[in-house]
Amino acid sequence: MRLINQIPSRPSAIMLATIPFFLLLIAYVVGSEIRLAANPQDKLLPALNTIGSTAQRLFFEPDRRSNEILLWKDTFASLIRLSMGVGISALISLILGMVIGLLPIARSSLSSFVSILSMVPPLALLPILFIIFGLGELSKVVLIIIGITPFMTRDLSQRVLDIPTEQLIKAQTIGASSLVIALRVALPQILPRLIANVRLSLGSAWLFLIAAEAVASNVGLGYRIFLVRRYLAMDVILTYVIWITVLAFAVDWVLKTISRKAFPWMEAGL
Amino acid sequence: MTYKNILSAAVLSAGLAASIAMPAAAEEKTDFQIAWSIYVGWMPWGYLGESGIMDKWADEYGITVEIVQFNDYVESINQYTAGAFDGVSATNMDTLSIPSGSGVDTTALIVGDYSNGNDAVILKGEGTLEDLAGKSVNLVELSVSHYLLARGLDSVGLSEPDLDGVVNTSDADMIAAYATNDVEALVTWNPLVSEIVTNNPDANVLFDSSMIPGEILDLMVVNTETLADNPAFGKAVAGAWYEVMSLMAAGDEDVLTAMAEASGTDLEGFKAQLAATEMFFDPAAAVAQASSPELPTTMTTIAEFLYDKGILGEGAPSADFIGIEYPDGTITGEAGNVKLRFDATYMQMAADGAL
Repeated sequence: MRLINQIPSRPSAIMLATIPFFLLLIAYVVGSEIRLAANPQDKLLPALNTIGSTAQRLFFEPDRRSNEILLWKDTFASLIRLSMGVGISALISLILGMVIGLLPIARSSLSSFVSILSMVPPLALLPILFIIFGLGELSKVVLIIIGITPFMTRDLSQRVLDIPTEQLIKAQTIGASSLVIALRVALPQILPRLIANVRLSLGSAWLFLIAAEAVASNVGLGYRIFLVRRYLAMDVILTYVIWITVLAFAVDWVLKTISRKAFPWMEAGL
Repeated sequence: MTYKNILSAAVLSAGLAASIAMPAAAEEKTDFQIAWSIYVGWMPWGYLGESGIMDKWADEYGITVEIVQFNDYVESINQYTAGAFDGVSATNMDTLSIPSGSGVDTTALIVGDYSNGNDAVILKGEGTLEDLAGKSVNLVELSVSHYLLARGLDSVGLSEPDLDGVVNTSDADMIAAYATNDVEALVTWNPLVSEIVTNNPDANVLFDSSMIPGEILDLMVVNTETLADNPAFGKAVAGAWYEVMSLMAAGDEDVLTAMAEASGTDLEGFKAQLAATEMFFDPAAAVAQASSPELPTTMTTIAEFLYDKGILGEGAPSADFIGIEYPDGTITGEAGNVKLRFDATYMQMAADGAL
């Protein structure tokens, strides 16, 4: 039997899925043991039970100085910034994508501009963003928007262009105006793509969020990570990293479920 | 995949992890690496690496010493703490909080200088330290800037809770931050201080490190075990350092210009920064600073500040659980857990011309 035709059975598929996690865990534990044997106070690779007790403290015990549970405060602040940034980006890219995809005039004037804009590295422009938008919440949200809107727009306008011409001609023969074509023909086909797009852009959005929080902030997941890095509290950093991964995974799952329920005709991918 | 296969793969990956996770074990060796980052008092490290002075001294003792520049100061200390380097340029405060706090026994081989105005609390507009009450202050949290602010507030009977809060701001973006309307006051170090003060007529320096002389020390710290097993390393590094110090003390323009260019300024700018730095050109002066009777008090104050901010770790039982040893053998803090040592031996050798 050819290798490409060998499909694992359900139990072995589950086992195969756990192997990479298992290997990573073993590698970590061994590395941690070796370092801790050399120096019991080593902070670089804390033992799993140290991370466990740190995680318990971070999630449930209030900070002894501010009397607040910092992790939840950080999570709340970061999620608000992230959802505002991603939400606004999704709205802008949806509108721009439709306009560029449907209207040749808009395409001529905007499409190369957006393509070139999507190549600009936003992090290099941080000082300008600070001076225009200040050091508060706005500049963090704006960084996410500048970071992800251009490529979302490019992708969505391409998807609109991919709509078969036959559909557009058919709609016109039965008297649909440009607006009706946009709302009734293009929009329903683009919405599932928008969700897929948001899912793909979440990784970059987190990156920009954490970068913005590292630069100037007093609350947030990225802020805390960069703050405790100053005294190498890897137990705190690893807890936060795992937590961010869980959050990102949960958000992704929610979006996938929404996409599947709302647009059953569109096969949800990976 | 059989159980055996999984096991062998696991052992293989574990071996790989072990090889990268191995901390630098102290033993007799001939190749050393020290890390440094850009700061006025540390520019000589870059120069002695590039000019070949380090190699000359290393050859004399039959070893090699590689000098590696980091763009990120905290990362250089973290790398040293993790065991990737034998020594690193750091302040006394960061040495206590990062390597010593992580249980890496560390020795201050060279006391290079103390900040004598290089770190400053700057207010936008007129006012005094008392006016900081109710304002937010931008600074690199948990750094010497934060310590300076605490000392400044303390001098007028205020403390951090009297402020509207501190906002952690990256030093790389401090100049841009000053230009925004949100920022009312900030604490930072040179060359940023002179950049901000020169370009902004409204910048008002409220408090600077010249008001707490000898508290913010710039050091070259090395792994204690490595140094104990390899005295040649200490001798070569101290010898090379004090050769450059004598060139600087003599006002060698070529040397100073090279350092100025490496730090992104010109000769005049570099001289202005040096004026706010009390460099110990003479090894005897460095020995005197390391042996100063005020040093234990300073280090105890710093340890209390670090403990108060939670930097010594949540597991730290008290501010003095890390022992600090001074050149005369006295110890502050926990004598059974000495992790930071001020050792004047090699500086004394330089002073005696014994290198």
